[in-house]
Parts: sequence; structure tokens; C-alpha cells
Amino acid sequence: MSLRSPLGQVLGSGSARDGTGHWWSQRVTAVALLILGSWFLYSLTRLDSFAHVAMLDWAGRPFNSVMLLLLTVTLAYHSALGVQVVLEDYVHGAFIKVVSLLLNRFAHVFLAVVAVVAVLKIALGGA
Amino acid sequence: MADFRLPPNSRIKKGRHFPAAEGAANVRRFAVYRFDPDSGENPRMDTYDVDMDSCGPMVLDVLIKIKDEIDATLTFRRSCREGICGSCAMNIAGSNTLACTVTSAGVKGKIIKVYPLPHMPIVKDLVPDLTNFYAQYASIKPWLQTRTPPPPDRERLQSKSDQELVDEPAACILCACCSTACPSYWWNSDRFLGPAALLAAYRWLIDSRDEAKGERLDDLEDPFRLYRCHTIMNCTPACPKGLNPAKAIAETKRMLAERRH
Repeated sequence: MSLRSPLGQVLGSGSARDGTGHWWSQRVTAVALLILGSWFLYSLTRLDSFAHVAMLDWAGRPFNSVMLLLLTVTLAYHSALGVQVVLEDYVHGAFIKVVSLLLNRFAHVFLAVVAVVAVLKIALGGA
Repeated sequence: MADFRLPPNSRIKKGRHFPAAEGAANVRRFAVYRFDPDSGENPRMDTYDVDMDSCGPMVLDVLIKIKDEIDATLTFRRSCREGICGSCAMNIAGSNTLACTVTSAGVKGKIIKVYPLPHMPIVKDLVPDLTNFYAQYASIKPWLQTRTPPPPDRERLQSKSDQELVDEPAACILCACCSTACPSYWWNSDRFLGPAALLAAYRWLIDSRDEAKGERLDDLEDPFRLYRCHTIMNCTPACPKGLNPAKAIAETKRMLAERRH
């Protein structure tokens, strides 16, 4: 039991003077994903075939490659921000919180790099 | 981790039943949360059959009748019985509200369930411990802060339109219905200020006489204090005064975004 006053507990270590950037980034990436996601779905409906060769040809076109890169990186960033909020909401143990926040960042960076390499390989040949 | 199930000693058990008096024609059943931490027993739901012909229309009238005539051990807060003090805030038929402003007839269903405000430590029965809630209110410095000395011969002036901006948020009675309806507050009330304290903070942010807006925003800008609000918006329908804490929080976030761009 702590004998710290209730006000002292609420004031805690003070304000982090942070959070607006995270919140704003979530909104900006959400708007970007609305545009990029709409493009992605629309493009898929315009495809004649989902065969492997046809998909490689589609993803390898310069405009499509650029849009796919933007989509995957933005999606990974948006997801990293969102999962971080979920972890901060529900994971309260000091050690497990730090570990899960680190894993969240690492996993999303890894997925983003995998997507970028995949698109580049298709776009620049060698796939 | 967040607790998704009540600890074993907090799980609610079936309680006692108090039948209505002989000859009662218009009977309504109330199930009321009972908990006495000194007894060491689990919480229970006692049921009371109340003769509505000899009872006032509000749920608070029912609780007072139960305490006066049926079971004097029932504990709850009440004071003004007209929706201005906020003392009788509790969860009635699944919604946080004031017992004095809700009619029994307006509640649908056979049994009217009455619980304390959700996810709060319980002092006894329907009385939650609001210590942390009040400390959060105190933490936002709910008073006018200025550097300019007041005019020597009169009060600080405010235009009518500026005053009207403050009217709504200043009408908060600190009943805690909104904060205890917020899931984010349930999981993180130790660090998230909750909608009531944030509405109070907003009331001073928009006060044209206040000169500490920047410092107030500095103090609020925190991933937990303010940004644990995920716009769930349970707070606004829960407010028995018809206020809009969700909008006040959104406006506060807008102020913080605007001063960066």
C-alpha cells in the first residue's frame, strides 16, 4: 500500500509531452490507406486473370509497383501504431510490456521490408 | 495484463429475497448489488419486491423506501434528489445514470437491476470509492489561471459569446457516470484522466479569461492522460446532464494538433 497522496499518484511522473504525433500519424496513415486501399481493390477488379504470371506482370508495372510499395509500407506503419495502442491498453506488466512493444516494432519493420523487397524484385526483375 | 474476469472474491452470488408486503397489488422487483468488504463475503444480488403504489416514481425513491421500510442495511449515496449533486450516480438497468432522475416505470423488463458505477473499488453496496476520480479532477487545476492582474475596480470581463462557450462544460456535476462508462478508463484509470476530468480541463482551455492554455495543453499531452481516449464515445450517452465529453476531448486533440502545424 502506498501512502502517496491520491493527487500525487495521479500526477505521477508528469506529462510525457508526447502523443499528438502518434495520434496524428494514425489519422494521416488512415486517410492514405483509404486512398491506397481503394486503388488496390479497384485494380484487382480490373484484372483479367489472377494467374502467377499475370500478377507478376501487373505488380511489375512502374505505377503499380510504386503504389504497392506505398500501400505495404503505410499499412505496416499504421498497423504498428495501432498494435502499440492495444498493447499499451492491455499489457501492464513492466517487463512484458517492453518486450511486446519491441516485438511489435520489430515484426512490423520486418514485414514492411519483406514486402518492399518482394515488390522491388518483381519490379526490377529477378523474381 | 488487464483483468477480464472478476477476482474470485468479487464474483457476485445470489442473495436474499425480500417479498412485498401482504396485499400489495402493483409490485415491481428490484435486484440490488450488495457488498460489505468488512464481512469478508462475496458480493451478492438481493432482490426486493416493492409496492409501487406506496412509492415515489424515481428509482431513488425505491432505494429510499427499501432502506426505510424493508432493509435498513442497504447503503447508497444521495442528497439533492433533483439531478444536480451527482451523489446517486449508479448503474441502473445497464446504464450509468442518476437514480433520482430515472423513473422506475421508464425501465423496461421484469427486474430492475441496480449496480454501483462499474469498475470502481466499492466502499459498500452502491457506494464507489471516488478518491482517484476526484484527484484526477484536482490534477487538471480546475481554477482560473492568469498572469494579468485583475482590474482594480471590477471583475475580469468576458463577452457573452465567450461565456456561452463555457456554459455546457461547466454544467458537469462530477457524478462520474461518463468516466466509469469508458472501457479505456476501466483498464487504465491509474493513468488515463477519463472523460469527466478531460471535460473539466476543456472548460478551462476555452475560457477566454484563462491565460494558461499552453501549460494546460502541455500537461494533457500524454499517451495516457489524454490519448488513452480511443473515441469509444460511451461517455456522451452516459451523461445524465446531456453534456458531450467526447466532443470536448476531440476538441482538445484538435488544439494539440493545430499548435504543431
